[in-house]
Amino acid sequence: MTTTVIKAQKTGFHHLAIFKRSYWSFGKVIALLLLIGISILFIVPFLWMISTSLKEPSDLIGFRWIPTRLAWENYVDAFSFGMWPQWTLNTVIITFTSVVGQVFSSSLVAYSFARLRWRGRDTLFSLVLATMMLPGVVTMIPQFVVFAKLPAFGFMGSKVWVNTFLPLIVPAFTGSAFYIFLLRQFMRGIPQDLTDAARLDGAGELRIWWSIFLPLTKPALAVVAIFTFQGAWQDFMGPLLYLQSEKFYTLQLGLRQFEAAAGGSPAWHWLMAASLMVMLPVLLVFVIFQRYFIEGITFSGMAGR
Amino acid sequence: MKAASVMRRSRLRPALREEMTGWLFAMPWILGFIFFTAGPMLFSLYTSFTKYNIIAAPKWIGLENYENLFTQDPLFYKAMANTFWMVLVKMPLVMVVAIGCALLLNVDLPGGKFFRTIIYLPNVLSGIAAIFLWQWILSPKGLLNSALATFDIQGPGWFVDPAWTKPGMVIMGMWWIGGNVLIYLAGLKGIPRELYEAAEIDGAGGWQKAWYITLPLLSPTIFFEVVTGIIGTFQIFTTAFILTGKESPLGGLGQSMLFYVLYLYDRAFGKVGQGGFQMGYASAMAWVLFIIILLITGLQLWLAKRWVYYETER
Repeated sequence: MTTTVIKAQKTGFHHLAIFKRSYWSFGKVIALLLLIGISILFIVPFLWMISTSLKEPSDLIGFRWIPTRLAWENYVDAFSFGMWPQWTLNTVIITFTSVVGQVFSSSLVAYSFARLRWRGRDTLFSLVLATMMLPGVVTMIPQFVVFAKLPAFGFMGSKVWVNTFLPLIVPAFTGSAFYIFLLRQFMRGIPQDLTDAARLDGAGELRIWWSIFLPLTKPALAVVAIFTFQGAWQDFMGPLLYLQSEKFYTLQLGLRQFEAAAGGSPAWHWLMAASLMVMLPVLLVFVIFQRYFIEGITFSGMAGR
Repeated sequence: MKAASVMRRSRLRPALREEMTGWLFAMPWILGFIFFTAGPMLFSLYTSFTKYNIIAAPKWIGLENYENLFTQDPLFYKAMANTFWMVLVKMPLVMVVAIGCALLLNVDLPGGKFFRTIIYLPNVLSGIAAIFLWQWILSPKGLLNSALATFDIQGPGWFVDPAWTKPGMVIMGMWWIGGNVLIYLAGLKGIPRELYEAAEIDGAGGWQKAWYITLPLLSPTIFFEVVTGIIGTFQIFTTAFILTGKESPLGGLGQSMLFYVLYLYDRAFGKVGQGGFQMGYASAMAWVLFIIILLITGLQLWLAKRWVYYETER
């Protein structure tokens, strides 16, 4: 392969490497065909979802891909179900606050681990790493007990944290082990000279973090923001445990109401329309910021080595 | 000279300042660790030795919860068996398919990035919306069974037939291997090309290269995937919770979807008269799970010394 490219470059047909016979081998053709097949398998469920969401009930049975009539009203019906606008607003509030909290707290903590010298730092950092392996279920029940006792002083009309957004939001403000680790690794790559120069100019640590490290770690912060966004938007167990009043529900809980309301046999056309609406924001973020998703996942793999 | 005097004058105080700033900046995580992780864990360790329903004060009963769990509770073993089924069937399948996809994506082909995006896409579409989608695809007259019918194959009842629920979940899980594929792909890309070139000069064939270069150098990634995979599998919840629907997982679908965390959830947050709100019992279950995961991870770390190849060890 390498030699092919070099040859192609010499002859000035670099961009046409794939049209050269020497580029292709039997194995490569097979690999390409397999990848095309796999991609089709991966995309078909999603297309089926779109197709179903635009069907009339009479179209639901069987193998029909193109609806006889595009039933856009499914989306309107889904949107007018229950307290859909309220649930959307709740989800947006919880997600947005979590993202802000996670980005700033993880970054601040990461700065401390990456650039400040203090006793106990390395011990504490191993503890951070250790908690990455901790199964969330172990803390689930006691956390619930804590949130059922912590006073909320009437916030959102509740005496305790349960049945408010607090249990879903506040933990994000304490940073998360994986993001702290990711940001710390990223920050260690920033030249020490920059920090030293700022210190000589009399800048405090908070200022150095804010005006040097936050701007320079933007790509890593984007990874943190995107994964927090996805996690919070699609969280089901948290809202299930902590949100009891229907008016506080998130879209994930609302979607479940939707299924329950349909009675015996689920109305798949509505359910798919509603599901697509819930997925849409995450899908859009993925299309726009695809690179960061891939980088984030790749880093998580590297972290394990 | 001037700079040196500035340095000397402020040598001690900045060190102390830095020390304090360090602790202060790390404080969000430290507080979170104390209040949301370590504190609750210690509390649950205590409640696991008590009878506790949140409302009344915990009542000390010693090892009774643990004894009942291991000697009197067939549902505990059922949940354990279902969970291990997933570990033993789904995980190896995911590994083989994911490595296969990663190897394909590692070939230099036109549109490589496009394929990578498509394979990762389902990972973005998670949450219960995606579970509904699969419930629909795998419904008795759904897309998959309709497709099978064109080949004259009578598809099974998937999520309505207890014998087919777990295989259905495996099929569903295959749609989400994109994350695993990307991790393996990163591992493959980390293998230096020169190694293969050197091996080719020595006359090594494809299988030899795979066995003596790819596999050993990919083993740290495989190891990471196995550890996180087991931890993840033990925590299956949402999918099974949604699929059993309004029925309690204890009875629904012949208990075929009664996974460990589902059972734990039911003991902790289920209906009061039907075994719910036994926080002590559920805490004991959580600690048993924690210890199982610790043991398995420990065992893997020990085994890893035998089969995982780390470059630094040379």
